[in-house]
Amino acid sequence: MGLLSDPVRRRALARLVLRLNAPLWALPVAWLERTMRSVGLEVYTQSFSRKLPFPDETRERYMVAGTNVYGILRAPRAASTESLVLTVPCGPDSANSQAVGLLLALAAHFRGQIYWAKDIIFLVTEQDLLGTEAWLEAYHDTNVTGMQSSPLQGRAGAIQAALALELSSDVVTSLDVAVEGLNGQLPNLDLLNLFQTFCQKGGLLCTLQGKLQPQDWTSVDGPLQGLQTLLLMTLQQASGRPHGAHGLFLRYRVEALTIRGINSFRQYKYDLVAVGKALEGMFRKLNHLLERLHQSFFFYVLPALSRFVSIGLYMPAAGFLLLVLGLKALELWMQLHEAGAGPQEAGGASGPGPPLPPAQSVGLASLVAPLLISQAMGLALYVLPVLGQHVATQHFPVAEAEAVVLTLLAIYAAGLALPHSTHRVMSAQAPDRGWMALKLVALIYLALQLACVALTNFSLGFLLAATMVPAAALTHPCGPRPLYAALLVLTSPAATLLGCLFLWRELQEAPLSLAEGWQLFLAALAQGVLDHHTYGALLFPLLALGLYPCWLLFWNVLFWK
Amino acid sequence: MVASCFLRKCLTALAGLLLLSFGSLAASQIEDQTEQFFRSGHTNNWAVLVCTSRFWFNYRHVANTLSVYRSVKRLGIPDSHIVLMLADDMACNPRNPKPATVFSHKNMELNVYGDDVEVDYRSYEVTVENFLRVLTGRIPPSTPRSKRLLSDDRSNILIYMTGHGGNGFLKFQDSEEITNIELADAFEQMWQKRRYNELLFIIDTCQGASMYERFYSPNIMALASSQVGEDSLSHQPDPAIGVHLMDRYTFYVLEFLEEINPASQTNMNDLFQVCPKSLCVSTPGHRTDLFQRDPKNVLITDFFGSVRKVEITTETIRLQPDLGNMESRYKKEWMDEELMEPLKYAEQLPVAQIIHQDWSGHHRIFGIPGASKHFSVIMIPSNTLTFSEQSPLSWRASPQVEDHCRNQS
Repeated sequence: MGLLSDPVRRRALARLVLRLNAPLWALPVAWLERTMRSVGLEVYTQSFSRKLPFPDETRERYMVAGTNVYGILRAPRAASTESLVLTVPCGPDSANSQAVGLLLALAAHFRGQIYWAKDIIFLVTEQDLLGTEAWLEAYHDTNVTGMQSSPLQGRAGAIQAALALELSSDVVTSLDVAVEGLNGQLPNLDLLNLFQTFCQKGGLLCTLQGKLQPQDWTSVDGPLQGLQTLLLMTLQQASGRPHGAHGLFLRYRVEALTIRGINSFRQYKYDLVAVGKALEGMFRKLNHLLERLHQSFFFYVLPALSRFVSIGLYMPAAGFLLLVLGLKALELWMQLHEAGAGPQEAGGASGPGPPLPPAQSVGLASLVAPLLISQAMGLALYVLPVLGQHVATQHFPVAEAEAVVLTLLAIYAAGLALPHSTHRVMSAQAPDRGWMALKLVALIYLALQLACVALTNFSLGFLLAATMVPAAALTHPCGPRPLYAALLVLTSPAATLLGCLFLWRELQEAPLSLAEGWQLFLAALAQGVLDHHTYGALLFPLLALGLYPCWLLFWNVLFWK
Repeated sequence: MVASCFLRKCLTALAGLLLLSFGSLAASQIEDQTEQFFRSGHTNNWAVLVCTSRFWFNYRHVANTLSVYRSVKRLGIPDSHIVLMLADDMACNPRNPKPATVFSHKNMELNVYGDDVEVDYRSYEVTVENFLRVLTGRIPPSTPRSKRLLSDDRSNILIYMTGHGGNGFLKFQDSEEITNIELADAFEQMWQKRRYNELLFIIDTCQGASMYERFYSPNIMALASSQVGEDSLSHQPDPAIGVHLMDRYTFYVLEFLEEINPASQTNMNDLFQVCPKSLCVSTPGHRTDLFQRDPKNVLITDFFGSVRKVEITTETIRLQPDLGNMESRYKKEWMDEELMEPLKYAEQLPVAQIIHQDWSGHHRIFGIPGASKHFSVIMIPSNTLTFSEQSPLSWRASPQVEDHCRNQS
């Protein structure tokens, strides 16, 4: 964790920064206002502030405040009923200064045209995506994430589409497009097709997931590269993070893309005029729209910019995986009934009373306890890390972010010790069949959860299904216990996350060493918790409250005595 | 002396003979020309031009209709005789980079919107109901005159429709449709109320030929831009405006019509050849079986223009009423009476066969029955004679001619 790994230095720096109470970098609001006004836009500002759950690495503070600046170009001959947005998120590292320049140049050019039928909003946000979220919430008059933002003075109608720009240099060798948004939402495929059309028209080099388009689809190389791109997109979509400002627009059903200019070591470079032409073309096409983009797919995965796999093709795969769980549950159900019928026949001759209800009641009682305890464990995993960060920092020499992450890991590992404690709660009257009932319930619980997840965020659902379903189906208290235990631990959600990180970097051709991987894993955990609190990302609560208790049930089944 | 007298007499006789022969030749020429006056039988022209689709990306349909409007106006039909229905306003659309213009050729060569466009039905007034009311004349009394089709039994009407269509229907405004059966019924109502003399129906949509399949009224000629199962394609996009400007069929019809002036003798067979499959990609079709005259005798200006024929002569012409023609017309009316049973769509009356039997070489000559009167050939101005009372025996001359005739004798 860099500079902050030494606790003494960390504390000193934190105190210094907080005492200064000055932002490390601020948006030049007055200059932006003046420039936009001179171009001819209607300029407004919005201030916002947010109390983070714990100070993360980039911001080092609890309170984050900033100002957004936006200018509205009114359509000359139309009523202001619809609008388009061009947004540039600026952050503390000011890596987006060139994009602001391009935004102002485009604003000046657009101002001189008479064919605009929709208003165009040029938005510069501070604090990266926090500013974007504040602006969107104020624009749509909602409050989803607990942001405190001042209301907007100027509005322009319903937003039809948005483009986010990230440029760090004034010449680019390629343009990278990001489509995955918050919680795995995707924009309409037509918007991506629009971008790809203008890449071809302008002769620009455009990449997806940082990978070039495979030219040759007949040999093995093309499909292999496509598979890599597809896996990268699956991993990014499964993480549920907004990979750019566009990800936050998607929640309001505004189709949006993020376009990143990459300056690599290629020889042929494009200047900003070429990028500006492509953007102008995209805006003119969006201007011609009479309805929201709805004709093309909303659910797809992309092996390349010009190819896609639609939901009708990929959903059956997840369906078949979940069918495994269903069939296993059916098998257990039938076994339970046979086992119930067996002693019934044997005891029917001896006693008049039916032996089944007592066995059933014993079964139910033995089910409730593990369920409740696993769910309580999940709740602890969800709530305790953020709540207990101050207690942790007092007793241990760690920063708040580290405290949160380490508490997470501690609670997660503590769950592994559960079966020993669970069995003390239950009496030793649990028959051999008790684990069958528990496994049946766990299988159905897992299948339901994964089905719901796969519907909204297919990549996440498929990834979790691919890892958890085999282990869950195979879990059996009788049999090679260490082997099954290793399998179950390796397919637990945390291990899946670790494995995905390594795979992700491997696919991006920047492989990680074990130490780097571990650091990245810890950072990802912290980021996941932070995303949930600041943007409402659902990966952390899903894993903590849904999948981790389910996994614990299987762990209980494995260690059934 | 006697010889010179005789010679003089001979010379005068010869001169008289020559003059007589020339006179008779000239008179027969004048008589031929006079007969040609009344070749078509119409006295006024109307045009109903309909564009049925709205939205910016249907710019080309408005441009189609305005091109035909432009040609029709240029060839002489005044705005008072044109019912122009445009479903959307492209010229003033906020997306139009050149406001108040509608171009038909790329690079903005030809602005068909012009300075004096008069749109009668605009925007949401273009509905199936309004269109059928215009055709059949069942219009509420408050409708202004410019929105009415005030045609009579001597009117040649051009009906041009464009938009999105399918097999047997044409889409109005993205919300309703008119079927080919409704259209055929509307034309039959027009025929029964004698609201047209001859009708030219042109349609430029996908599968346009399906719209004229069901016609069953006489004196209708129809053209379509594509056959059933084919799509009509658009011509060329303009990169500055960002939309397709024209449909192919109407683009080539416009080019064809730009060559026509009011005096041209081009006939319908040339119009049938416009836009072959190599240019249009679709196969244009036409239907002439319901039309009485031979298409090669039908001038383009019979429908697209309103031509005032003027011939000045100093001769007096003796117009003979064609008794044979009158008898055949009597017979035709009698046969119409006989066939008054209700018609079903399953078996359509073979009108095409009926109207082409029993008489041939028909042409009407204006004359007063029973007597021959001398009158110098006068100008028959079109568009000034509109009859509100239609008489079935319409070979009777107009009141103005009668007055003039009465003054002569």
